Order: sequence, then structure tokens, then C-alpha cells
Amino acid sequence: MRSEWEGFIDGRWSGEVDVRGFIQRNYAPYEGDEGFLSDVSEKTKALWEKVLILMREENEKVVLDAEDKIPSGITSHAPGYVAQELEEIVGLQTDKPFKRGIMPNGGLRVVKRALESYGFELDKKTEKIFAEYRKTHNDGVFDAYTEEVLKARRSGIITGLPDAYGRGRIIGDYRRVALYGTDLLIAFRKQDLKTLEVPDMLSDVIRDREELSEGIRALKELAAMAATYGFDVSRPAANAKEAIQWTYFGYLAAAKEQDGAAMSLGRVTTFLDIYIERDLERGIITESQAQEYMDHFCMKLRMIRFLRTPDYNELFSGDPTWVTESIGGMGTDGRTLVTKNSFRMLHTLRTLGPAPEPNMTVLWSVNLPINFKHFCTATSIETSSIQYENDDLMRRYWGDDYSIACCVSAMKTGKQMQFFGARANLAKALLYAINGGRDEISGEQIAPEFAPISSEYLNYDEVMRKFEQILEWLSRLYVNALNIIHYMHDKYCFERLQMALHDKEIVRTLACGIAGLSVVADSLSAIKHSRVKIIRNEQGLAVDYQVEGEYPCFGNHDDSVDEIARDVQKTFMQKLEKHKTYRNAIATLSVLTITSNVVYGKKTGSTPDGRKAGEAFAPGANPMHGRDKKGALASLCSVAKLPYEYAKDGISYTFSIIPKALGKDKEERIKNLAFIIDAYFYDNGHHINVNVFDRETLMDAMEHPELYPQLTIRVSGYAVNFVKLTKEQQLDVLNRTFHEKF
Amino acid sequence: MKSFDTNNAEKNGIIHSIETCGTVDGPGLRYVAFFQGCPLRCKYCHNPDTWDFKGGTPMSVSELAEDVLKYSSYINFSGGGFTASGGEPLLQAEFISRLFKTLKSKGIHTAIDTSGARFPGEKDVESLLQSTDLVLLDIKSITPKKYREVTGLDIRATLAFAEDLSAKGIPAWIRYVIVPELTDSEEEAKSLCKYLCGLNNIKKVELLPFHKMGEHKWEALNRAYTLKETPPPSPDTMEKLHGIFAQYRLPV
Repeated sequence: MRSEWEGFIDGRWSGEVDVRGFIQRNYAPYEGDEGFLSDVSEKTKALWEKVLILMREENEKVVLDAEDKIPSGITSHAPGYVAQELEEIVGLQTDKPFKRGIMPNGGLRVVKRALESYGFELDKKTEKIFAEYRKTHNDGVFDAYTEEVLKARRSGIITGLPDAYGRGRIIGDYRRVALYGTDLLIAFRKQDLKTLEVPDMLSDVIRDREELSEGIRALKELAAMAATYGFDVSRPAANAKEAIQWTYFGYLAAAKEQDGAAMSLGRVTTFLDIYIERDLERGIITESQAQEYMDHFCMKLRMIRFLRTPDYNELFSGDPTWVTESIGGMGTDGRTLVTKNSFRMLHTLRTLGPAPEPNMTVLWSVNLPINFKHFCTATSIETSSIQYENDDLMRRYWGDDYSIACCVSAMKTGKQMQFFGARANLAKALLYAINGGRDEISGEQIAPEFAPISSEYLNYDEVMRKFEQILEWLSRLYVNALNIIHYMHDKYCFERLQMALHDKEIVRTLACGIAGLSVVADSLSAIKHSRVKIIRNEQGLAVDYQVEGEYPCFGNHDDSVDEIARDVQKTFMQKLEKHKTYRNAIATLSVLTITSNVVYGKKTGSTPDGRKAGEAFAPGANPMHGRDKKGALASLCSVAKLPYEYAKDGISYTFSIIPKALGKDKEERIKNLAFIIDAYFYDNGHHINVNVFDRETLMDAMEHPELYPQLTIRVSGYAVNFVKLTKEQQLDVLNRTFHEKF
Repeated sequence: MKSFDTNNAEKNGIIHSIETCGTVDGPGLRYVAFFQGCPLRCKYCHNPDTWDFKGGTPMSVSELAEDVLKYSSYINFSGGGFTASGGEPLLQAEFISRLFKTLKSKGIHTAIDTSGARFPGEKDVESLLQSTDLVLLDIKSITPKKYREVTGLDIRATLAFAEDLSAKGIPAWIRYVIVPELTDSEEEAKSLCKYLCGLNNIKKVELLPFHKMGEHKWEALNRAYTLKETPPPSPDTMEKLHGIFAQYRLPV
């Protein structure tokens, strides 16, 4: 064995890429409590203080600094530091902290607009290159978009499409850099390339060969970039500090060449524990140093930034990057994948204080060690910075080495990627069903024309029939739009490094999404269980509704409406599945809005549930604000009924509860929150964001943002600094159901 | 099919509201049904909207029991159960006793949250206590005069109820609300302690600091809220009273 691997148990992993095999043979499950953890070191405090000063400055300016000339690439910028003498883990996206790079391969206009919005100007020569000589992803997409797609995009029945920026949601297996070093990875890649010397050179094979070759080039650049910081990542990491540094360099290289919406980290914590344990055993580091390395690693992850336009910020508020890290879970052999490093990772929320990034995602199983469960829920109660996802559910589909991309998208690490597809507005689709395919706001014919509903009151069967018809059209159009986008993204904005850290053969999913599920369910419930009168304008367009009588609302554990929600989700998924997809991607669905529920609501007319035009939707799979009246558990139970089988890209639920409603004292609250998560997941719930705070805290933070620089809250699938949200978003959060009865 | 023979029809329970995530009314996570109607008029009540005997939603035993069972996962994981609160649940004892029998046959832990405002010995109360696992007994005051001042009612029923529970060996958690200048005196706490020491079924004593979360409900109901100016008890007061109960070796 190589000297760097001394002390590890050998296996298939040493002869080929097999990170999971390496972990399984070498990791030490930990069932104990948090007693072993160290406090924050002086060095960490000093460094974090420097970062905080820069962050405060950034908060005022939104964008502290930006590149205006050199497009960002793995080796484009000289090394950058915050304070070199204090940094245990190094590496910045550009040559200065918080200086944002530009990535015009995704789209030139967005780069230009973003720079201008924050007082910068794109270099004329750079602009000329991308306007005249180098086509972008964005240009390619608009060359191919059909008239129908353009209309649907304009009307907002599908929005947030990654057609002008990096698609993201691809996770390179950054652990591979640490375990193998780039030389071995390149050697393996060259073997892969050999297998593609086949008799017939046709587009599929040619594309694969080109992509593999690009990957080799990117790995070489990664080694060159690391060398500028004084590290040799061509060989495997030899100790814990190197393992963290190598892994981070892998991630950093990806973040230097791609500004995907979500740039997730994967599942590195338990992998890194193996190196830390080896060093602790050898007596070459102390627990305090181990924590210090993890703290410095997380600090760097907290500093990841991309240049966005202000309207992007409206969709995905608070400057998120989704450096999602998946922590914990159980192995298929029944051993827990929780290690001491799982504790250290979450402990950074105390050593450095709460923060939205990295997006701490606990893979929860009812079989997790009780000590870890209680450590998690205690940390949630203290920081509101953790999301939980159902490991017992996902392990069935993805095994025990999957990672979460973005918020709720599971993928086998290094073996699977997704084509991110934003989301379709199902509430608007329902209105199209009523209006014969015309947009309820503009009156424009968007879907193919058919007879609108002409009666005074809505009839359930008639609405359902027409709704099906619209969903049929929408699913086809949606898949076609995504096919075009991802064809062009592969062509003009390929993720060279991230894909070099994948297997040669991978599974691809086409990750479609829906917004407004609870609005649709409640609307259909109102039509079915009460009477809904249509109010039309002079053009005969249905623009408002009058609900006569009460109807059961989603979120109260009532099958008469929960089943409607389930059926709508299932129906749409089944329609998506019918269409042909680019690179044979498997269509999947998410019920997730991020913070776009506000914008979607703004663009949608009044709905038959009594929601008025412009009012925000509930986020993700949440029941509509204030309509869940039977307490927290009823709401959870309704959401848990949505079948993961028909939404394998995830079902997001955001839960806000005041501390007192969780129990009388700290100990009770910690236990009760763990029970709630256990039962919710036992009932097949998929995801839960947990917020524990009083409404008053948020109101005070709106008034005095300067007092709450680190106040973190979970929104739909990620966490944000509350003070960085737009006013509208802040109000939306405040209007949500807070479970406060006790 | 609905029966039109009203003589045979079993009476429905009248429910004010339901909280599926109760965390403070008994052990574990609890399904709490607030029953409509209460004879007490406690000055600090945080649910005055449950007083009136009119209103509320009628529910049958099977309806309510079925709904409770939908939360089995939460109840099982947490060692929780069902709590009948109110209002005053003892006033619907007959209904609750049938409900508890059904729930207990499904293995659900049962509790009532009561002021003990009914004398023991009556058939429906006896029957209820037979299938009650835990009583959360709220003793508003131990002195007859103060009791009447706080609640508007006589103390005798509550004391008789408490003693009956002890005789029957039904586990009880005693709750005592601490309101500054109303129920926060040391003497009164000591008298209560002495009284409780004579009972043999006390598993826990909960001292609840007064809060004004219910104030807006009083306003909405157009009722005069006399504790507007009363602050919550200080942590010092709470600690001092806590110490007294501990001195008497009560499980506080």
C-alpha cells in the first residue's frame, strides 16, 4: 500500500475508485455523547473575527467586491487569503476574500447585469469575447427554445429555469481528491477513456470521450491550483489536515468554474473522521486541533459567494449557495454512520455561531444513536440551522452513500447527477384549466385553446377533467424545455471538474418540480366540498372566486383533502414520466419552492381556495399559512402522506415552533423534538426544516437588523441570515404558521 | 346509518378545539382535546373561550378515538397519550369514560386535566376514573377563601376529589399556578404542601408561573381581565416556592 494509506484496512478501494468501500472498512461508528468536544480555539476566534468584519461590510454593500475582467476558472486567480498566518485550511474563489468571480459561459447578460447592479462594469474586451467569439449556454438555449416554451416562460407557469445561469445541483465526489490524489484519478480516467475506443464513433460516444478528456484537463488544473497554495494534491492526502484541505480544494475548484444555483458539498464528514481518528491514534493531533480544522473548513464554506442579479435574489433570497453537507445516517449493514466528526461538524454552529452555510443536513433514522439525536435537536433548538431528511426512506432507493444536493435532492455520491429543472406553477395550471388555457392575468392564450368553464359555479368533475388536460400539455412542454436547457448546458457550460469526480457510467435524473401544491389541493377541496362561484371580468376571464361555506384544508390530517394533494402530485409525476428525455434521464419530481413561493404567488391570480391574486403560496409542501388548525402534528401528518415514490427529488416541509410549545424545559424540548422527527419519518415524511424561536424575535430583528447579524432561520430547504432576506420575504416568514399552542 | 332513536343514541362530546402536539399536559407527546364548558371562573384562565356551555363541536366517541389513533406513531415513540382538558372535562365524564375505554383497549395512555370540580361517588365520574391512567389535578388554592376568590367556587369538591384519587391509588400530578400577590405566599405554599403530604398518589408537582398569553381572549370575549397589571412571578419567587415543595419532599 501507498505510504499515505498506512494504517487503513485495504480493500477493493485501493485498486479502483470506491470511496464507500473505503469508508465501510475504516470508519468508527460513535454512539457516545458530545462530552469529548473541544471549545473554540483562540486562533479560530481571531480568524472568525476577521471574517465577520468582512461579512458586516458585505452586508452593507451586498457585494463587497467583484471581478470585472477575468472569467473565473480553476487556475484563473492567484491564491487568496484572509490572514494567512491564522488559516489552517486555505483557498479562496478569487484572489481576495468575498470578491465574486464571473462565469460568462452560463450567460453574458446575467454577468453584465449583475455587475452593473452592484456598481461594477464588465471589461469591454471580455464582453466582446463572449458577445462575438464565445457562445454561451444562455445563447444556445434561446436558439432552440420553441415559441410555446417562450410563452410559458413569460407567463410564469414555469419559472426559475436554469437557462441563463449555472444549473448546479451536481455534487462532485470531492472525497476522491483526498483519498486518491489527482494523479491516480487521472490514471483511472485514462482507463475509462480506453473503454470508449469502440467501432462506431457516434454522437453519444464522441460526447462521452470529449467529457472524459475535459475531466482529465480539469484534474490537472486542480493540481496546478493547489500548487499555487503550496500543496501537492497529485498524491493522496497523508493526514487529517491534508484530507480536509484536499477535499476542500476539490470543492473550491468546482466553485471556481461553476456558479450553479446549488453547489453542494456531499457527504464528507464521516469520511474525514477516518483520517482524524488515525491522527488522534497516532498522537499527532489533539481533539482541539481536530475541531480547529473543521472550524476553519466550515469558515471557508461559509465564505463561498456567487455573483447574482437582484431578481435572482427575489427567487432565492438571502444569497444562498447550498453548500449542503449530509451528516449521519445508517449503513445498510445496520451500523450507524455517525462518527465523532458528525458532532464536530454540527458543533461549528456553536464554535462559530449559527450560520446558513454549510447547509447542515442530518440524515435521520429512527435507529440513530440516541446521544446523537439529542445533540442534533439541542443544536436545532439553539440555532435553527439544521434540516432533517429521512434516511430510512432514502436508503431504500439510494443506498448508504448518497448525498443531498441543494435542499432535498438525494443522489448516489459520484454515481448520479441531476438535470435541475426548477418548477412548474400548478396553481396557475389550475387557473388555465378554468380559463381555457388563457393566462388569468394577461388574458393571453398560453396553452392550446380549449373551451373554458362557462358555468356560474365550479363543478369538480369538469374542473378535474380540464386540469388533467392542462397537466398533460404542461408536462410535455416542461420536459421539452428542460431537454433544451441541459443539452446546451452540457455543450457550452459543462461541469468539467465535478463530472471528473463521478464514475464514467452515471445515472441522470430530470429533476422537475412543482409549486403551489397546497393551493391546488385546497382549491379542489373547496370546489368539491363547498360551493365556489366564479367572478369574471369584462373579457369573460375568470379572475376571482367566492367560496360559499367551509371546506377541509390541507394540513389538518384530513383524508378528504390530503388525498387530493397526493393524487395531484402523483398524476403530474406520471405525466412527466411519459416523455422522452435528454440523455435518457429519469424524470423525478420535487415539492419544493425555496423562497420562490413569494414570487410565484405574485404572478398568480386569485385561486378557488379563497387566496387573493398576488398572495404568496406556502413554501414547498407546507399547508397554506394559518389554515392548519389542529396543531403541529396534524400538519406534519398531512405532509407525510405525500408519497416519496412519486417525488423522488424530495418533499420539503418547513416547521416553525416556539420553544415553549416543545415542552416546559430544555431537556423536555430536546427529547420531544427528537420524538416528533422520529414519528414523522416513521410515517414516511421526507424532509423537515426545524425552526425554534418566538415571532417576537423575528419582529425585533426586522426593526434592528444590526443586533442580529447571525440570526439564522430555515426557509424551504436551506437556511438564511434572516436580516439578508428582502422585506417581503421577511413578512412571508412572519405570516407563516407558528405552532405556538401548548 | 344514523339512528333516529334518540333514547338509545349515545351522547356526543362537545369539543372546543384540538391540539395534536401537546407537550405540557402529561408525559410524552399528547393529543389534547379541550372540552367545552367550565363552571370555574379563574382570574388567570388562559382559555376563557372554553367556559361557555354553548358552542363547541359535537364529536362521537368513535370519531374522536379514530382521530387520536391517527397519531399513534407520535404517541408510541414518545410514550405519550391522550389528555382530556378544557374547560372542565369532568362535566362530560360520561362521554370521556366511554372514550377512555376505547382508547385504553388500543393501548393509549389516558389523562384528564381537571380542577376536580365534582364530588366523587357519582356514577359517571366513578366510571371515568376506572379507565384513567393519570389525573392532572389543578389546585387553585388550598385556603377556602382564596379558592373562592380565584375561581368563584367552593373548594370542597376539589379536596374531596383529591382524597378520593389518593384512596383509589390513581396517579396524580398536582399543578399550582403562581400568581404574584394572589397565590405566591409562602404560608399558602406550606399549607398546600402539608395537605399534599397526606396523599399517597402524588407523582409530580408542577408549579406553573402565571402568564398573560390568554389576555387577548378575554378582550375578544368582552370580559374584564383583572390581572392586566400583574407581572409574571420573578424567577426568585419561583425558586423560593420550589424550595418549599422540595423541603416537604414532594416530587417538584
